[in-house]
Amino acid sequence: MSEEKKMITFEGSENYVVSDELANAVNVAIALEKPLLIKGEPGTGKTMLAEAIAEALDMPLLVWSIKSTTKAQDGLYVYDTVQRLYDSQFGEGDVADIKQYIKLGKLGEAFASDVQTVLLIDEIDKADLEFPNDLLWELDKMEFYIHETKETIKTKHRPIVIITSNAEKELPDAFLRRCIFHYIEFPSLNKMEEIIRVHFKDIDQKLCDNAMKAFYKLRSVRDIAKKPSTSELLDWIQALIISGIDPKVLEHRIPFIGVLLKKNQDIDLTDGGKRCF
Amino acid sequence: MFLGFFNLLRSYGLKVSMQEWMSLMQALEMDLGNSTLTGFYHLCRCILVKSEADYDTLDKVFALYFKNIKEFEELPEDVWKWLADGEIERMLDDIPDIDFDDIGIAELLKMFQERLAEQNEAHHGGNRWIGTGGTSPFGRGGYNPKGIRIGGESRHRSAVKVAGDRRFLDFREDHELDSRDFQVAFRRLRQYSSRVDAQRTELDVEGTVKATGDNAGLLSLVYEKPRKNTVKVLLLMDSDGSMRRYSDLCNTLFQALRKSNHFKDLQVYFFHNCIYDHVYKDPTCTYGNWVETQWLMKKFDSEYKVIFVGDGAMAPYELLTVGGINDMRLFNNEPGIEWLRKLDRKFSKKIWLNPIPKKRWNYAWGSYTINIIRDEFDMFELSLSGLEEGIKKLLVR
Repeated sequence: MSEEKKMITFEGSENYVVSDELANAVNVAIALEKPLLIKGEPGTGKTMLAEAIAEALDMPLLVWSIKSTTKAQDGLYVYDTVQRLYDSQFGEGDVADIKQYIKLGKLGEAFASDVQTVLLIDEIDKADLEFPNDLLWELDKMEFYIHETKETIKTKHRPIVIITSNAEKELPDAFLRRCIFHYIEFPSLNKMEEIIRVHFKDIDQKLCDNAMKAFYKLRSVRDIAKKPSTSELLDWIQALIISGIDPKVLEHRIPFIGVLLKKNQDIDLTDGGKRCF
Repeated sequence: MFLGFFNLLRSYGLKVSMQEWMSLMQALEMDLGNSTLTGFYHLCRCILVKSEADYDTLDKVFALYFKNIKEFEELPEDVWKWLADGEIERMLDDIPDIDFDDIGIAELLKMFQERLAEQNEAHHGGNRWIGTGGTSPFGRGGYNPKGIRIGGESRHRSAVKVAGDRRFLDFREDHELDSRDFQVAFRRLRQYSSRVDAQRTELDVEGTVKATGDNAGLLSLVYEKPRKNTVKVLLLMDSDGSMRRYSDLCNTLFQALRKSNHFKDLQVYFFHNCIYDHVYKDPTCTYGNWVETQWLMKKFDSEYKVIFVGDGAMAPYELLTVGGINDMRLFNNEPGIEWLRKLDRKFSKKIWLNPIPKKRWNYAWGSYTINIIRDEFDMFELSLSGLEEGIKKLLVR
């Protein structure tokens, strides 16, 4: 069994450049069968990671996007009481069969799946402060009990759990203790070029250099409230390529500034892209 | 294994639990670190550390604990000379096609000591002795994935060097912060209650079942009020000249509080140095643009949680004497401290945030008045950790 587990290693995928440290963290999480908690600046590819793992390991991906109203129970199963009551009233459906009204959530689906899955719990910090604690048992034991049907849902194959957080709320210690943690750093120049090349295979070297130069310069401006991220850089390069702009232009001004900067005061700061710092 | 390291981590304030330590041991057993120091470092980082703010602590402790692997100051003179004379620098991409033995760090150190004892002349480009450009684990300018670099520059990044770099210094929690950090802290300032005026929007399942039962099985839906935060905040901020050097920090706090939209009510007033008969409506503290402090205490009920922000540093007479106010046009019949005491009596939950770092409270200019104010109020440093402590204080029932 342990031999088999070791076979699963992640080394990045075609569309996703992964640092050794991150790949290492993923593999440790898989080997130790613990959830992997990913933090990092917005746009450093936290969510993309789960997609890349699913693709590289050829497993189905289940995404559970957390919102401020999400409850832990929603991920396990939902018992549709109202529907059942309505059905009983109007004589529709088989009200005696309670299973009909039990709907598995994403976590439940991952547990019940016949093949091993990658489960992404996206932006866990959006939920209530207590949310992660409510999931401790389920993530530890990988099973839960449905009271209504007296069934226990148990995993056949332990899913690979990836959890992302934007640090809006701090996560409880008890939860953190059970996770493997990795902080995605903002890519260095070299890494960034690698990322750009993955997305734009035959990009003009001059354009690539100048775009990165302008981008990092913009990021280093202290007063900018929302710093542009990798995904915005990629969109911007896409725009530059489509418009066929001369790379030299980037030395004097930043065209399509709205792709990089999203806040009005930031755009004003650069004079609508005319100032290049 | 490495229990000393575990203890050292804890003594540096990294809250490593037994559970995490056992996970690390398990990972080592499964050889997830490839038996190298670099691998071990990365394992430690992803298993033991749970916040980028703590990366720096790990780096520090790691570099400290494994430092004798980096520094060999006590090397015999001869060895340094051999290394200094050897000019071979292996090209970075010249990675030799040899199977390197997997050697643990303890063994590596032992081997190193043995070689030191045996070696009596310079060796360069080889694979056994201490020298330059070779593939032996010892020396510089060579290649060995698990070697000990002696002098020279790091080229292939290895563990202790990585840790020694302390790249994550910026993430430390005692450093400057952006308003988001404060916002996160302010989110904890909440007390929920469902006894508020709100639309009944949430389905009360149990109530519905009961009502439906009472209704002879005909469905009757019952809704209840959502729970709402009941915390009300009154912010009183010093905008005196001596506060100017902290204006960035105070501004950040102010922005964070303004953006925190989960309070039931948020009121902000300003004062100049100390609070007297008036508090001002804007930070410029213009003459006349004020409300009476007496009015303030009548208007806001004692449930308001009051946050004072100020350095508390002033001339003693400004705080302690009648007429101590520093505006020539005004005169106070009661000393500032009396006004502060009045506010203290009125509001049961209050804290004082001081932008001056705590360790300087006893030495900074104005330490005399700072300490008088500290006798009346719980004073916290205006930093993320100080704010968190303060918020805990505000929430104690």
